[in-house]
Amino acid sequence: MIKFLLQGLLRDKTRSRIPVIVVTIGVTLTVLMHAYITGFMGDIIETNAKVTYGHIKVMTRGYADNMQQTPNDLALVDVDNLTAELQQEFPGLTWSPRIQFAGLIDAPDENGETRTQGPAMGIGLDLLTPGSPEISRMNLQESLVRGHLPEKPGEVLLSEIFSRKLQTDPGDRITFIGSTMYGSMTIYNFIVAGTVSMGHEALDRGTVFADIKDVRLALDMQDAAGEILGFFRGGFYQDEIAAKDTELFNAGESNGNDEFTPVMKSLGQQGTMGTYVKMTKSWSAYISMVFIFAMSLVLWNAGLLGGLRRYGEMGIRLAMGEEKGHTYRTMIYESVMIGLAGSVIGTAIGLSLAWLLQTYGINISNLMKGSSIMMPATIRANINPVDYYIGFIPGLISTVIGTALSGIGIFKRQTARLFKELEA
Amino acid sequence: MLTTSLVNAQDASVILKNVEKNMSSENRIFESTMIVHGTRTSRTITSKTWAEGNMKSFTEYLTPAREQGTKMLKLENQLWIYSPATDRIIQISGHMLRQSVMGSDLSYEDMMDDRKLTEIYSAALAGEEDIDGRKTWVLDLTATVSDIAYQKVKMWVDTERYVPLREDLFAKSGQLLKRTTFSDVKQIGGRWFPSKIVYKDMLRSGDGTEFMITSVKFDQPIPDYIFTKAALKQ
Repeated sequence: MIKFLLQGLLRDKTRSRIPVIVVTIGVTLTVLMHAYITGFMGDIIETNAKVTYGHIKVMTRGYADNMQQTPNDLALVDVDNLTAELQQEFPGLTWSPRIQFAGLIDAPDENGETRTQGPAMGIGLDLLTPGSPEISRMNLQESLVRGHLPEKPGEVLLSEIFSRKLQTDPGDRITFIGSTMYGSMTIYNFIVAGTVSMGHEALDRGTVFADIKDVRLALDMQDAAGEILGFFRGGFYQDEIAAKDTELFNAGESNGNDEFTPVMKSLGQQGTMGTYVKMTKSWSAYISMVFIFAMSLVLWNAGLLGGLRRYGEMGIRLAMGEEKGHTYRTMIYESVMIGLAGSVIGTAIGLSLAWLLQTYGINISNLMKGSSIMMPATIRANINPVDYYIGFIPGLISTVIGTALSGIGIFKRQTARLFKELEA
Repeated sequence: MLTTSLVNAQDASVILKNVEKNMSSENRIFESTMIVHGTRTSRTITSKTWAEGNMKSFTEYLTPAREQGTKMLKLENQLWIYSPATDRIIQISGHMLRQSVMGSDLSYEDMMDDRKLTEIYSAALAGEEDIDGRKTWVLDLTATVSDIAYQKVKMWVDTERYVPLREDLFAKSGQLLKRTTFSDVKQIGGRWFPSKIVYKDMLRSGDGTEFMITSVKFDQPIPDYIFTKAALKQ
């Protein structure tokens, strides 16, 4: 029977082409939208994780309480040992000590006198160890505009905009003026190795990327770091696992309650990002649900219209003696085939478009000017397992429900009146 | 009552002038040890300072190794710092003046403002109190100029030696910003002078900064080249 129905659908294009196209469009949009929303929301989380928050962060209690001010006087000490312990205890994550710092960058003229100065925020991270994951994590190679990545101690990267503002070029000497871990003023020379454009307004305004060893020297922070960031080896933040790891670590540190006791916080537990992670979860679900519901209504309606359009055909079939139940079932079978075909084609197209959006993205940097939160300049989709089946909800289920509802009319038709209807 | 307050004001300004006679000098050369009690550790920094009046001073840091050779030059209202590691002379200005000197409870702004108290504050006698067994006058000082870090100062002055034993420094809002206690008062060159001063920034944690003058010479000839930018790099 299925073969018979299939042949009928293929031969009668009015019964198959338009419904399949409608379902395909609906499913395509559903898959694409879901991948886009997931990608956009996830991108913001991952960007912030890589630059500032990590998937998990270890810092001292005092530092955690004033995290926005990055108080390096409350930095972690004995960091090499602590990092090794973390690596052993939480092998599912890679751990990277970082130092965030702030100060002035002073560019001298040929006489060594101040030519230009500008406030800067700095990130000290492992740039010089061969194979350090920090370079790819921060996307520094791809972000390079001029010069090269730091290759030897003392070399730093400046954001391109900041470098232009300071009128410095790769190879130039700059002087950092800031505070050491002990609050003393520090003056430290760096050489600009290259300039980068990170694609994030907040980072491009005035950032220095330096090797953590140089920053330790500059800020008098031997074997110290403001924070140790942990990143899941899979590359994506997993809130539940992060929360469990955090609980485990903090339970082990419960004896020390002074401000220098190390504490662990997951990305979801860190200030505004915590709110964002919670919001992302609910928003992603709400937006997807609303869209799926809307598409379901459209496809349900298409199923209804398809059933009503074939009112005459159903009448003839009933008049010829076909059983009502059989007629109804064949309509349902047909809608299953149409729904399946549309869902498969729609999912394929939707995934293809999502892949394009994932690979190339949409550049929104012009919209981000003046933004203070770290948002990616390029919005990308993120294809995840759900996208392979999410289109079937509106595509198959709604189409079948629509047809099933419209088909109920079959049972209400009276054989005695069929010929009259046909004559009309 | 008006007469009493006028008398008090007059008395207070006389007291303040006498304090200045002890605390100010034409010039001075002194060596000092500064112990900064931070939240995590204490650091000891030694330095040598040449000062002329209240407009010129030159300080060279002697220890620890990280600070050795760092020099600071103050000329009127300008301040330069030389860092031997970078071989750069940087002018400290704007918000940088509020930064801590070597991590201590003293800011560059505190160092800069060496004007005579009678030039920038009006004084009123608020009462008498005992501090560590010594009788003191309590003076309320109110700023008479606008370019000043501390709008109000409460000063406890030793009634016998005319040396401040304690100062509370307030912001315009009335918030206590810093507390300074003076001790080890010695007679040097015919004047009473506190050789130990403890500064406490009330807005930060830590146990304050001890500043001890290990040797001081008043009214000594100081060569002019000391107060030049060229001397910073020498």
